[in-house]
Amino acid sequence: MKNYFEIVWAIINKDLISELRTKETISSIIIFTVLVFVIFNFTFEPGASYINEIAPGILWVAYIFASVLGLNRTFLPERENNCISGLMLTPIDRGAIYLAKMLGNIIFIFIVVGLSLPIFTIFYNINIFPFLPKLLLVFFLSIAGIAGLGTALSAMAVNTKTREIMLPILLFPLMVPLILAAVKTTGSILQGKSFSEISGWLKLLTAFDIIFITVPYLTFEYLIEE
Amino acid sequence: MDSVIEVKQVSKYFGKKVALNNVNLSLCNSESLTLFGPNGAGKSTLLKIMSTLLHPSAGDVTICGISIHDDKPSIRKYIGIISHDSFLYGNLTAEENLFFYGKLYGVKNLKNRVDELLEKFNLTIHRDTLVRTFSRGMSQRLAIARAIIHDPAIIFLDEPYTGLDPQASDSLTNILFGFHQDKKTMIITTHDLEKGWTTATKIAILACGEIRLLEDKSNIKKENISEIYLNCIKTK
Amino acid sequence: MVNKYFYRTYLFLLGITFLMIEASLYYIFILAPVEETMGIIQKIFYFHVASAWLSFFAFFVVFVSSIIFLWKKEKIWDIIARSSAEIGLIFCTIVLITGPIWARPIWNAWWSWDARLTTTLILWMIYMAYIFIRPFTENEIKGAKAAAVFGIIGFLDVPIVYMSIRWWRTIHPQAVLNSKSGGLDPVMLKTLFISIIGFTFLYLLVIILNVSIYLVKDEIENRS
Repeated sequence: MKNYFEIVWAIINKDLISELRTKETISSIIIFTVLVFVIFNFTFEPGASYINEIAPGILWVAYIFASVLGLNRTFLPERENNCISGLMLTPIDRGAIYLAKMLGNIIFIFIVVGLSLPIFTIFYNINIFPFLPKLLLVFFLSIAGIAGLGTALSAMAVNTKTREIMLPILLFPLMVPLILAAVKTTGSILQGKSFSEISGWLKLLTAFDIIFITVPYLTFEYLIEE
Repeated sequence: MDSVIEVKQVSKYFGKKVALNNVNLSLCNSESLTLFGPNGAGKSTLLKIMSTLLHPSAGDVTICGISIHDDKPSIRKYIGIISHDSFLYGNLTAEENLFFYGKLYGVKNLKNRVDELLEKFNLTIHRDTLVRTFSRGMSQRLAIARAIIHDPAIIFLDEPYTGLDPQASDSLTNILFGFHQDKKTMIITTHDLEKGWTTATKIAILACGEIRLLEDKSNIKKENISEIYLNCIKTK
Repeated sequence: MVNKYFYRTYLFLLGITFLMIEASLYYIFILAPVEETMGIIQKIFYFHVASAWLSFFAFFVVFVSSIIFLWKKEKIWDIIARSSAEIGLIFCTIVLITGPIWARPIWNAWWSWDARLTTTLILWMIYMAYIFIRPFTENEIKGAKAAAVFGIIGFLDVPIVYMSIRWWRTIHPQAVLNSKSGGLDPVMLKTLFISIIGFTFLYLLVIILNVSIYLVKDEIENRS
């Protein structure tokens, strides 16, 4: 068991070192996220009263687009020098590769969220900080779902001719429940509601995460083996 | 003698295309087989099947007594592969690459092993250099170090001489002789008759997915090899 | 695979399907009473519900054959999954077209984000994506495996989609179409039942044809 997690951590660590060394992906994705915030801002009157109601939607649209850009890169480092074959030649469990890539994506998306959320609160004039502990749970559940499903689907998309556009085509329809739940729970928390009022949505998010991390974990070897 | 590698009636089809047709092969401990064959003969496919990357359409491969149908992870521990792709991460240093693969293979005393390999392949001064700045020869040496990080009993080399300058390819030949002294079992694929001949103890020729020749090197004269090769690869 | 036995099954199914579809048409247009408020347009309901049932059934077949394909690695299960998805998608399209036609007088619009209709739209998108995977994947075997995994994930997602959309609608309450509840006429129920059976046989007939087309195609490719 200890060995298993050492292997998972070795892969996460490798990807993080590699990404943080160039910062290519993360910096461009953060700029992209901020741009989405700015562009959406032009779609309504400055200072309109309904901003509070649509802001959670804008927030999650931005994060889901940003996540797709990040998820698309999940298996690209492994294509360089055909590293994926090197990885497949080692005696490790294929599920460990999935777990590592998924956890890496969770960390990656959290970094994007962490760096862009302050900008969101400034641009949209919504003070999120009193609600931060509650939001953290919702963000974690939602991002785990995005990463769980997205990691598996990006393993499919990486083998297609049009992988950049293939991933959202595969991912978005499946993510409808997650998007609804994320937007609804974020909105309710920002209105000061308690967890008990949104418990249904939280349960749905949890169920989504469990199903769409377990099933890809079990089937990942079929996706990655030749 | 017990055979370390046993390939029994292996066939592989890619849709309608036959890549390998009823291939049989057997290698004993510390033998070194050179597998000659033109491009597209199925050499890489055969190596991929023996190294568990591909599953055969029919037939069986046993490595050190374990069938690929039973336990692929155990087989992977016995095998090291050197391919024309280096399998190295460009954004990691030489040392980080070796540590990464060492952890995945579960190598004990990894630190010592990495130091030892860097020393052996003259890479100690480059240990903290990013691999993407390496020359072809340097990354080839590091790729070899990577492939034997877990000290495998069997080493497969897929077209190892491709793209090397004369100096680098001489040093590769020396490394291969070193493997031979360490009693490693090797399979090398190449279409370069001269270089493949030097390190071999056994010769095989693969063409159109079939083994056309399998002989001990002692039974073949070096002068005749190119003639035999040309005869074998003629399409029937 | 495609042999004499197949033709017998095919002819048998063709006969039954023909009879059942004729019977359901007779029931729909002659026997079943015209609904009082909606009038003749309500007849589309029998096709609509039968198609909806079939698309769910077809996607269930995709789900089951995908699991068997990954487990047994036999190509026939991949072909069944793929054939069923194509047919399911066609029936799903019928649902999406007939629904708005039927409900347009009530909604006063061609589209409403009604929970069931929206779920069907998402379902359509999921299986459209499913069909996209194979032709776009560079390696045929990898494409089949990826499609199988997607077929499993997609099917498991459907109930969650439905639940989430229903909750989403209840938060913004709105007059939801509810005319077919509250005591369906017994003849109408019988008509619905017969048309569902008829459509199910139609599905079996079409999937047998579709599977045999893929088998023949495979054989031709292997021969050349």
